[in-house]
Amino acid sequence: MRRRDLAFLALGIVVALALPRVLYSALALRILLWALFAVSVDLLLGYGGMLSFGHAAFWGGGGYAAALLAKTFELPFPLAALGGIACAMLLAAPIGYLAIRRRGIYLAMVTLAFAQMLFYVANEWRGLTGGENGVQGVPKILPGLSVGRTADFYYAALPLVLVGLFVAYRIVHSPFGHVLVSIRDNEARAQALGYPTQRYKLIAFVLSGGIAGLAGSLYAIGNSFASLDLLHWTTSGSAVLMTVLGGMGTLWGGAVGAAIVLLLEDSLSSVTEAPGVVTGAILIAIVLGFRRGLLPEAGRAIEWVALRRRGG
Amino acid sequence: MDLGYLSVQLFNGLVNGAFYALLSLGLAIIFGVLGVVNFAHGAVYMLGAFAAYLLLQQVGIGFWPALLLAPLGVALLGVIVERLLLRRVYGLDPLYGFLLTYGLTLFIQDAMRLRFGIQGQPYPTPTELSASVSLGVVGYPVYRLFVIAFSIAMCAAVWFLIERTRLGMVVRAATERGELTRALGIDVDRWVTAVFAFGIALAALAGVLAAPMRNVAPLMGSELIILTFAVVVIGGMGSIVGAVAAGFLIGALASLGAVWSPALENVIVFALMAVVLLVRPAGLFGAREAT
Repeated sequence: MRRRDLAFLALGIVVALALPRVLYSALALRILLWALFAVSVDLLLGYGGMLSFGHAAFWGGGGYAAALLAKTFELPFPLAALGGIACAMLLAAPIGYLAIRRRGIYLAMVTLAFAQMLFYVANEWRGLTGGENGVQGVPKILPGLSVGRTADFYYAALPLVLVGLFVAYRIVHSPFGHVLVSIRDNEARAQALGYPTQRYKLIAFVLSGGIAGLAGSLYAIGNSFASLDLLHWTTSGSAVLMTVLGGMGTLWGGAVGAAIVLLLEDSLSSVTEAPGVVTGAILIAIVLGFRRGLLPEAGRAIEWVALRRRGG
Repeated sequence: MDLGYLSVQLFNGLVNGAFYALLSLGLAIIFGVLGVVNFAHGAVYMLGAFAAYLLLQQVGIGFWPALLLAPLGVALLGVIVERLLLRRVYGLDPLYGFLLTYGLTLFIQDAMRLRFGIQGQPYPTPTELSASVSLGVVGYPVYRLFVIAFSIAMCAAVWFLIERTRLGMVVRAATERGELTRALGIDVDRWVTAVFAFGIALAALAGVLAAPMRNVAPLMGSELIILTFAVVVIGGMGSIVGAVAAGFLIGALASLGAVWSPALENVIVFALMAVVLLVRPAGLFGAREAT
């Protein structure tokens, strides 16, 4: 790890620890978990070159599974989240297997469609999911500690989120991650070098789904509620928006994007019921104006300023 | 299984298919020439329905003139969007066009929601078509039959345009072999705005057709666009006939499947997509792997 990375790590942890002190705790928790969700999208988009427009399937699939486990068996929330991760990965395997048979824009459409299929299934399978009512009254349990208050739950969930982020970081900086990037850049060449590219892509898809499942599990338990919103296609869209806003291929950009979008939506919620007017306009501006995203653009700006100062 | 119910389901399926066909046809043409998958196609469909609704409410213009005027108006809006926004993402990875039009979708839908609320507005069925005909034992609204017939006629007209005119030749060539067409020195870009406006007009037309059947509401196109994407993946976007055929075929199959389990009508579309991806990843009518 380089010094710059260490500095960022320290900064990130300080921000994560301070967040519920600065904002109200429900918003802080939302930012924390959406940040992890967006990172899982970037793992696939930025490093595998696969735009999943259906990550709500794993966020929501994990969320429902964890909520049901926590409610039915009164499991401690880390165990329920483990179940949520498993469920998300089980969903990601067949969806990923089918989706990676197409590339680029088609892959985006396929993932969007399968996530919507899951939405319809959850809507109809009322016996399990409660349909429109969702799964309500999910308990937050941790033996020996009281985590019922959102602020307490935030600090209890933080280590799990950090593990999720660390796993994403390790994946990207492992030999596996490097092969993934080479597939993104030139799949035919990676294939010619003897890498089973389809298998690499599928594994990346399932891992990314698992991380999204962790985020969704904690989100559902943290809100004591799993609803159809978790699976809605705009949920996938928001995660992609955050990733692109922060900067794809930066891994942490999504976290920055998540914070910006959620803070914005929160401050808009008192003004309007239709935040899409603002978030939509932001996405348009990003695509047209600074395609690299905020994190890389900010990095360039800082370097530029530093260069000017050094030059005198 | 009684035959009356089956035929009602079949016709309902063809009605859905009529919308899939008009939408995926426009998507395919736009993608072929612009290289952009227009996520906002569902929002455009909604705008078409709203245009018809507003024409009736504000100006007193009825269904038949609206069938021409609403698509024209929305297409004009499309020209502005193409000139101002879309133009800047040509030649980039198609993902950027997808993201841009997704942003547009959010913007348009929520702007309409602010103005008109989330509730649906009713739109009257034109009186000439408000009767119903007998299908064996059960009645069936004439208007729905009209929608099927009109959509087929429209697709046939578009097919004629594309097969028999110079512009059609360019569109066909660009849709099926984009780079080669440009390499042969054909100026595809000259037609870009017109083609986009035309694709948009088709979606708006579908919206006008939908207005008397479905409530006119800001989110009416948001689920339809995802189903249309599934249709496009099944049919393959490289073929214009394929887009139309897949539209009707999938509409009918899903509705007939719904006889067996009504709740699963939409799920069947996605299940069909899964099967096609397994057996023939390029799509039923797609000849090559497009990226």
